[in-house]
Amino acid sequence: MQRTPDAVFKSLADRTRRTLFERLCREGEQTVRMLTDGSGVSQPAVSKHLGVLKLAGLVRDRHEGRETHYSAHPQALKPLVDWMGVYAAFWSERFDRLEDLLKRMDQ
Amino acid sequence: MTDIATETLSVVIERDIAFPPEKIWRALTQPHLIEEWLMKNDFRPVVGHHFSFRMDPQPNWNGVVDCEVLAIEPNKALSYTWGSMGMKTVVTLTLTPTDTGTHLRMEQSGFRPEQQQNYQGAKYGWQRFFANLEQVVARID
Repeated sequence: MQRTPDAVFKSLADRTRRTLFERLCREGEQTVRMLTDGSGVSQPAVSKHLGVLKLAGLVRDRHEGRETHYSAHPQALKPLVDWMGVYAAFWSERFDRLEDLLKRMDQ
Repeated sequence: MTDIATETLSVVIERDIAFPPEKIWRALTQPHLIEEWLMKNDFRPVVGHHFSFRMDPQPNWNGVVDCEVLAIEPNKALSYTWGSMGMKTVVTLTLTPTDTGTHLRMEQSGFRPEQQQNYQGAKYGWQRFFANLEQVVARID
């Protein structure tokens, strides 16, 4: 399924979702219950946020018994990374030119 | 008002250069030198001066960047707006002397992927998010 960059941007525009996503990236697979503990957000709210992240392709879920386990899928960040990367590459290349110019310039 | 600083994305490029700030400053502020490394321009080191950068049109871009000088601190810092393809960002170049020359830092800030209400509620710094993201991105194949 092809996901649009918009879905990635929009899903990460929410602080709670970014926190959940970062935590899954950092700590690996977690259940909804584990993610709810200490989050300051109710379990239904956490589930809802995870649903949005899942639609954007940023997390994946796996059912085991009664529990749903979520894990991060950071590859889905690619549209965001690509978009910023164009500008980073532009300036990096221009700085190469700047250094070349400085070598040619008089003191 | 929305706090733009915490709700937009920045690109930061840093480099240590083996020349003093004064020399680099000339390359950042003299139009004929700017053209050699960046783009054709009618820049003047005057706050409030409107100018543009121009290059050959690209398939998805007319090649024009509309700018306005925001701040000038000789040999130290230079800031101008960067308007292109309907998006307005701010470029800030900072020079810091080092033992071996100069630390040059470019920050282009104000990228707003969704210039809509989606960003209104976000109080979490994008900068910090991206700092945290580095190790994540390193894992992307």
